[in-house]
Amino acid sequence: MAVLKVLVIDDEPGIRSGVSRILNNFHVTYPFMDEDYTFEVSEAATGEDGIVILERDMPDILLLDNKLPGIQGVDVLEYIRKRNYDIVVAMITSYASLDVAIRATRDGAIDFIPKPFTPQELKSSIENITKQQYLKRITHKLKQEGKKIRYQFLSVLSHELKAPLNALEGYLRMMQEKQAGDRIEDYATPIERSLQRIQGMRNLIMDLLDFTKIRLERKEEKIQEVNMAEVASGAIVTVQPYAIQMDVTINLDVRSDVVIMADPDDMEIVFNNLISNAVKYNKVGGKAEITIDSSDSEAILIFSDTGIGITKGDTENLFTEFVRIKNEKTRNISGSGLGLSIVKKVIELYHGTINVESTPDIGTVFTIRLPKKPLTIT
Amino acid sequence: MKKSDITILIADDDPDYLFQTVFNLEKAGYKTMAVESQAEAESVIAKFKPHLAIFDLMMESDDSGFILCYKIKRKYPDVPVILATAVSHETGMSFSVDSDQEKAWIRADRYLEKGIRPEQLDQEVMKLLKL
Repeated sequence: MAVLKVLVIDDEPGIRSGVSRILNNFHVTYPFMDEDYTFEVSEAATGEDGIVILERDMPDILLLDNKLPGIQGVDVLEYIRKRNYDIVVAMITSYASLDVAIRATRDGAIDFIPKPFTPQELKSSIENITKQQYLKRITHKLKQEGKKIRYQFLSVLSHELKAPLNALEGYLRMMQEKQAGDRIEDYATPIERSLQRIQGMRNLIMDLLDFTKIRLERKEEKIQEVNMAEVASGAIVTVQPYAIQMDVTINLDVRSDVVIMADPDDMEIVFNNLISNAVKYNKVGGKAEITIDSSDSEAILIFSDTGIGITKGDTENLFTEFVRIKNEKTRNISGSGLGLSIVKKVIELYHGTINVESTPDIGTVFTIRLPKKPLTIT
Repeated sequence: MKKSDITILIADDDPDYLFQTVFNLEKAGYKTMAVESQAEAESVIAKFKPHLAIFDLMMESDDSGFILCYKIKRKYPDVPVILATAVSHETGMSFSVDSDQEKAWIRADRYLEKGIRPEQLDQEVMKLLKL
């Protein structure tokens, strides 16, 4: 149960007590609200008294008569606006001249309740105001949360970007001060590691570009018919040199010729990431198998490997940005920690799903289901 | 005690940071024992008492370093521990081990930002071991 504070400023005692009586027994509820709202009414007969109460109680809602003995209702409104107080104001007035209406609206009054009003009229106005107030608060809260998530992302990102720089700096200092000896051969490991860290950083930057691209770009104009088997073949060609180096065989099984409406770049991101993961987290002599199939409405893409696998606990965080499963087996595998979160974002953009099943030391299977004709891509 | 009689345990999941720290400490004359995870550090601590330990904060989990500090202090209360991390800059999560309140929950003797110079690290180690 949440309580909204209501202040009535009106010189007519009948109006004030009427409002108090009606609202003190009133509550507002909506299916989407967490809790019911009730009201606590305070009263003032003049604008001057009203401002005193307002400063003391900070009401949520102000019911304001314009014609007052001293300062006018619009003056009170201006007072609130100048201080940026978060108070919803509804004017209650019998002479709602156009002039007053314009000025009051400009200064932030969101409703007019004409006098005389019935209890039902007052209630429905208050109901609207409450709903607005609720939505405003929820929006504000969501914005704050959004900011927090962005901040977390950026702080982890800067950590990820700084780690390779720290490593490079350390190695360069070592060389500058000739700490390991006078010959260039004495620095074979630092040089090799530096090159690897540079490559890792480059990959991170590439992934980051993909990541921001899928977050920012509007795609409508790029949507076209995309043949899944073609995209898969293209991605296999890209990953092949790495697979040969790792001694992993990549196999493509096209069970159904699937064409979906999509941005081809997005599909390429999905295939590249999942195929290169299937190779990267595999064993020497292992296999990576890509199956393309379909149901009536969906494309079904299966990526299975005979790799190191993932434990049940680790699969939960697998799609989170910058999460890399750290253990004995992944120690020497470099990655940005963004690949799978990118894949998941793309799949969600197309209203598809991605599932993972894995057994440590046996292998991992990713199954993607994509609607062939997504209604909207957002 | 001579530096060459001193073994320092270092746990860090960044292989390059580990390599460099080991290199610098050995160059300064210490013996080292390097591990790349909280789990490995725990199994070392179980059967071996180092003279000093340097732990990275974030390894398998975000608070691996804190956990290691706690565990090593419980088993060997007299072993000085340095918590080394690059974390505070980015996360704004700043802490030190200077106030009593902080000492109460962070069981480290020193807290060092990563990227400190080798001579500085040597100084800190000598101070903690009262060499």
